Amino acid sequence: MAEYLIKNGHVFDPVQGIKGDKADVAIKDGKIVDKVGSSAKVIDAKGMTVMAGAVEIHSHIAGPKVNLGRIYRPEDKLFSCTPTHGMERMGGGASIPTTFKTGYEYAKMGYTTAMEAAMPPLFSRHVHEEIRDTPIIDEGAYPVLGNNWFVLEYLRNHEVENTAAYIAWLLKVTKGYAVKVVNPGGTEAWAWGLNCLSIHDPVPYFDITPAQIVRGLIEANEYLGLPHSMHIHPNDLGNPGCYQTTLDTLALAEGLKTHNKFGREQVMHLTHTQFHSYKGTNWADFESGAKEVTDYVNAHKNITIDTGNVTLDETTTMTADGPFEHHLTGLNHLKWANVDVELETAAGVVPYIYSPNISVCAIQWAIGLEIPLMMKDGMRCYITTDHPNAGPFTRYPRVFKWLMSTKAREAQINAFKHKDKVLSQTSIGSLDREITFYELAQMTRAGPAKSLGLSAICGGLKPGMEADVAVYNIDPDKPIANPDDIEKAFSRCAAVFKSGVQVVSNGEIVSNGHKRTLWVDVKTKENAQVKRDISEKFVKYYSVTQNNYEALGHHFVPNPFAIEVDATQV
Amino acid sequence: MTKTITDVICPFCGTLCDDVEVIVSDDGKKLLEVNNACVIGTEKFLHSQAKDRVTRPRMHQEDGSWKEVSYDEAVEYTAQMLAKARKPLMYGWSSTNCEAQSVGNEIAELSRACCDNTAAVCHGTTLIALQDEGLPSCTLGEVKNRADRVIFWGCNPAHAHPRHMSRYSIFPRGFFTGKGQMSRKLIVVDPRTTDTAKMADIHLQVEQGRDYELLNALRVALRGEWLPDEVAGISAEKIREAADILKSGRFGIIFFGMGVTQSISKNHNIDEAIALTKDLNEHTKFSIMPMRGHYNVTGSGEVFAWQFGFPYAVDLTRGFARYNPGDTSSIDLLTRGEIDAMFTIGSDPGAHFPISAVKPIANLPSVCIDPHLTPTSGVSKLHVPVAFNGVETGGNCYRMDNVPIDCRKVVEPPEGMLTDEQFLTKVRDRLKELKGVA
Repeated sequence: MAEYLIKNGHVFDPVQGIKGDKADVAIKDGKIVDKVGSSAKVIDAKGMTVMAGAVEIHSHIAGPKVNLGRIYRPEDKLFSCTPTHGMERMGGGASIPTTFKTGYEYAKMGYTTAMEAAMPPLFSRHVHEEIRDTPIIDEGAYPVLGNNWFVLEYLRNHEVENTAAYIAWLLKVTKGYAVKVVNPGGTEAWAWGLNCLSIHDPVPYFDITPAQIVRGLIEANEYLGLPHSMHIHPNDLGNPGCYQTTLDTLALAEGLKTHNKFGREQVMHLTHTQFHSYKGTNWADFESGAKEVTDYVNAHKNITIDTGNVTLDETTTMTADGPFEHHLTGLNHLKWANVDVELETAAGVVPYIYSPNISVCAIQWAIGLEIPLMMKDGMRCYITTDHPNAGPFTRYPRVFKWLMSTKAREAQINAFKHKDKVLSQTSIGSLDREITFYELAQMTRAGPAKSLGLSAICGGLKPGMEADVAVYNIDPDKPIANPDDIEKAFSRCAAVFKSGVQVVSNGEIVSNGHKRTLWVDVKTKENAQVKRDISEKFVKYYSVTQNNYEALGHHFVPNPFAIEVDATQV
Repeated sequence: MTKTITDVICPFCGTLCDDVEVIVSDDGKKLLEVNNACVIGTEKFLHSQAKDRVTRPRMHQEDGSWKEVSYDEAVEYTAQMLAKARKPLMYGWSSTNCEAQSVGNEIAELSRACCDNTAAVCHGTTLIALQDEGLPSCTLGEVKNRADRVIFWGCNPAHAHPRHMSRYSIFPRGFFTGKGQMSRKLIVVDPRTTDTAKMADIHLQVEQGRDYELLNALRVALRGEWLPDEVAGISAEKIREAADILKSGRFGIIFFGMGVTQSISKNHNIDEAIALTKDLNEHTKFSIMPMRGHYNVTGSGEVFAWQFGFPYAVDLTRGFARYNPGDTSSIDLLTRGEIDAMFTIGSDPGAHFPISAVKPIANLPSVCIDPHLTPTSGVSKLHVPVAFNGVETGGNCYRMDNVPIDCRKVVEPPEGMLTDEQFLTKVRDRLKELKGVA
């Protein structure tokens, strides 16, 4: 493999504590190394910013509901098609780009790892087929477990060990990465057209509450010592007053400690926090609860969060929170798609337009920015748009601009039709913090990598780590005259390396890399009861046989990267 | 000694049964017996064993006879045809696996083709309605475990999807449906007294072509508003009775077929059926699902969508994907004479397209990739027989509810035969050479 030396750039690497010093980054055999030979290809990064490849912790980019979005929204392709071009296959789609376009767009912004946030286990093959067709970036997928019948039945009796054995089996057969929970209990209730809006609402028939599910899944996750923590989208998403349910959910992690060998410190990851930080009692007195939620998270070190920033675009919402999407179509009257998945989960899809002329959308925008600006530790708060729910991931550079420049925020606030309402219902106007390049590297690289248990592999530039490197054409030492320069620089990298291969040069794709599928291979003790329960459920209730459930082989996971966990000694 | 292979997937219809057992000879070369499959599925497996099967590509000669050619010659003809064509049509894809579809899409992109699948003559209208209205749906296991109200509208699963009712929709005893058939009310809407209709609790014998009116009347009845004495040949009383049954269920599902998608009003029928389903969700839980025909037509739509962004009728001639059914759909392209090469795989337009769209195929450079002899292979210049997908090679397929299931190989194909994927890969590589693409 070619050797590279990225010279004279301003390096930001929270893993080594480098804060913009001029330093060289050497690449050999796919890894960061101390030094390379004189034949190494030199990339001159003078006056540029060098960071590790960014890590996406929560995004909906592959699988059945994403593709349903593509199928049912031909209008999303209007004016967003990209022709076959150089190394690139043709692409299309703004809020739900085709798989090829997804890979290219992430890479061009310097992202080299991304996690698909909700994989229905029965559809794991579909998820993996799309992951295979998404070039360059390494990807993993989180199977959804918060409404799974096995989990509901085991945790009803607080059988943590059986839950853990089932999770280990499921990760293996679906080639999954982490335990995802979406509207615990509420999505199962949705199969009857019902919902669970608080953590104490009983789940119909199963005689369990969301609180028991969440607590039990955290315990099972830590019993196994998985790389990532339980990753939750709590109950009552998106409703005025929902911050209280969020605080109740966060409190379920109180006193729980992590147990893993991956350097992860949290036991719960709260996703798209913006959607869960609303105060008020209706859409008229709707206001920000960002302070209450971030105060709690700041004080509790065993929790990490991501933001879910609203980008003020037309987009396509999609979530395993089936009842929420039904609620949303009732609000905006746009087309509603739904898929209930036997024994496991559900999903809904509804287009949404975050208009700057609507006060609620503008307040949502402000809350999404308040959260990272109020979080004290950049290593525990990560920037996402919950792509495509709050906005497409291609808008990250714009979110960075708003976070890094008060001037940019003020300009946007002044452009809102209901500016006064935004200022009265949130504290965005009084926040003068500007996120620094170093904090940005924490929030988009080192932080998410650590939360995912990947801190030894990616998210930093320490020798021995994967050579995932992004070079941005912006000089951090010079004052930024125009905030739009931030957006421009982070949109198209000067150079990107993925595992030592240069994949982007001057904003153009120059290689399709060697994309890998990340999954977690857990070894557990033989558990006869769980084995029997699994085979019984397939015989009686699934519509496929057990032997036709596993995502196997070359076609689905052509280039696996298995992270091994030994839970046999627990 | 014989060998029994279990959990085999049946490559016939969109029901995609995965519990078939196949008995093969000890050397794995002969398929002897098929268990659990329906009569059509069994025949599909056994047909691969036909003695008179064509096993090598053949070129149509001037005098109407066929001349056997090698696969290499067939690859050359196909690649040259696609390289020279300005607007080739690559149609079919519904009876092959997603791996082959994926290679096919690369070829289409290289040759800037129009790509389409059999939804063109089947559930394409459903896809248009889905784009208008959305689609509240579920997997078939949900129907098995929860459904107590089932509607078959314009479809006849007793004959077209023979194991649908026993595996998913009427008879199975699921988690919340322990009494099986006894726990379900069945409504069939069909102008004919089909074998499915004979099993119904209520058979709404709609006047032919009046489905839209009846769907609309059901929505009116749900709201308790005024109805004329009779709509679409059904009395108001009966419509109200049906509406009450639907409303009073815990979990309902509408399955619909080509009786509504390809009869008068087409996609508007489906718009109304989806609207009815949404209305029913104000009272209880309701879903709707198209009864997809070919075993992997759904998969073709999925692969098109994640690679090009649209589920069918995709036009790549401008170098990016466009979608405009009526303009970019196969029958319209053929009847307008816009196509200058025809590539067919895994389907039979010769038997299913109007004659005005089939005639042009006979005058064009054309390839038909299909294990069977069909009307399409008969009018094509080159016929390339391939291994039976799902019998002689595996590969991923999508069931009518979009659940992906990986098909199994149960016997070896006749010696020297290529699979769809192998043949297409050769064509792709040759096409790249011709186009000078790395």
